[in-house]
Amino acid sequence: METGRYQGRTFILEIVAIIAVLLFLIPFYFLISNSLKTFADILLDAAALPKALNWSNYTRAFEIMNYQKAFLNSLIITVTSIAGLVVISSMAAYRMVRKPTRYNNILFMLFVAAMVIPFQSIMIPLMKVANWFSLTNSMPGLWFAYLGFGSSLTIFLYHGFVKSIPQEIEESAVVDGCTPYGVFWKIVFPLLKPMSVTIILLNSLWIWNDFLLPQLMLSSADLRTIPLSTYSFFGQYTKQWDLALAALVMGVTPIVIFFLSMQKHIIEGITAGSVKG
Amino acid sequence: MKKSTLSKDWIQQIVFTGPVTVAFAIIVILPFVMGMYYSFTDWNGVSGTANFIGFSNFTTVWNDEGFRDSFAFTARFTVVAVVLTNLVGFLLALLLTQPLKSRNALRTMFFLPNVIGGLLLGFIWQFIFVRGFAAIGQVTNWSFFNLPWLGDATTGFWGVIIVSVWHGAGYLMIIYIAALINVPKDLNEAAAIDGATAFQRLRHITVPLIMPAVTISLFLALSWSFKTFDVILSLTKGGPYNSTQSVALNIYYEAFQNNRMGLGTAKAFIFFLIVATLTSLQVWFTKKREVQA
Repeated sequence: METGRYQGRTFILEIVAIIAVLLFLIPFYFLISNSLKTFADILLDAAALPKALNWSNYTRAFEIMNYQKAFLNSLIITVTSIAGLVVISSMAAYRMVRKPTRYNNILFMLFVAAMVIPFQSIMIPLMKVANWFSLTNSMPGLWFAYLGFGSSLTIFLYHGFVKSIPQEIEESAVVDGCTPYGVFWKIVFPLLKPMSVTIILLNSLWIWNDFLLPQLMLSSADLRTIPLSTYSFFGQYTKQWDLALAALVMGVTPIVIFFLSMQKHIIEGITAGSVKG
Repeated sequence: MKKSTLSKDWIQQIVFTGPVTVAFAIIVILPFVMGMYYSFTDWNGVSGTANFIGFSNFTTVWNDEGFRDSFAFTARFTVVAVVLTNLVGFLLALLLTQPLKSRNALRTMFFLPNVIGGLLLGFIWQFIFVRGFAAIGQVTNWSFFNLPWLGDATTGFWGVIIVSVWHGAGYLMIIYIAALINVPKDLNEAAAIDGATAFQRLRHITVPLIMPAVTISLFLALSWSFKTFDVILSLTKGGPYNSTQSVALNIYYEAFQNNRMGLGTAKAFIFFLIVATLTSLQVWFTKKREVQA
């Protein structure tokens, strides 16, 4: 019965869906196939497959955008920011749940309320503040800014999760002579793992792709992340599509590989995060 | 004894909540408060002085045609993008909750554009619109592809719409799929036996049952569209003739190209009020739905 139904209507739907996805992914075909052509061939016919694989676009774009450096910068800022966010936000969220003093409640409300502030509405004075504290044009400065901007959502998500952890385990650990720090790191933090995974993935996509904050904070060429070096590349090589497309392919590859290897967790994280609002 | 436990408690409070509070206060709270002050000054970022000038920035903004145009563009863009992104996301979700053999792979592929940053997407699509569409137009001779894409206000507008829908639909699809999976099968089967058509079942059973997901998705798309910045910067730079300049882009240019920081902070404050209202409405609606469900 099931297979009988599959062969009819569902088979047609399957064909429709596959055609739809092919149309949907056509931009990637244009991107990849043209990145391997010579400039003249791109102008001649952008829809055709490349006649020969012209890898020199990649080697030249790799050098011009200083890809290796940009990749490392992106990787370092993403990893260190997330590590910092996970540590300081989980600790704060835990404290706010377990010690709901008036001060902590107000603090938590401030973090939650700040989630509605769009970046553009504070970026102008932020640059002045960043100058005061010497945060501009330095990786540690950018790292510190990500701790501030990421803290709201991260604390909000951890806060909801800590509430669901029963307190009895912690109490028995205290009776056994465990310090509050020991209780948190040895008992609570491991229990937060599912939420930590969601938080790491959501923040990775955001920080890796973020453009405007690093653009405003960093000025040296050797501090550029991938979005920044792509942007400055386009500033210099406007309409040089042979090089530009190779640069774009290299720009999107790391995050696409990351997504494909983590897709199950990312999609689960989105579903969980959206249901909780 | 009492005193030492009290101070121990304070040390714990500082160790647990201190670091994140400091970062948050310096990076978010301080600039936010300063922004409110600067919106009443003539700070230009060059001279370093900021004189209090009352509401003068706000009257300037009110009469600023560029800002009003960017506002009108953002409003039109938001309405169209919200409707289309949700429609495409919902249709994809309907299709990919059918018992298709390839549905997991298809879900992954429809989601894929969402993980790419807006800046790179805009550059990719700039090539598609300018070179790719022209090439397709040559082969097929369809006038749709032979339009001057990104070259005039209309194609610029629809260009930004196409990229935004392509970017966001996969995300909303995931939310709609999660909701559709939870619609009880027996309700639909019973209605089918009673002779309800597929469209009637969709309209009267499925859609009412997934209303919470609809609310979430509508407001998510609303907040993305209203804040659009990266995609427009790389796709059209706000052009041609500022016709695709969003409010976020207008604020950026005012502050960092025209160096009128005081005016920029006034615009930024207005922007904040609107975004905060939209987001608060989202939370309010979502909570209301949750109580009913």
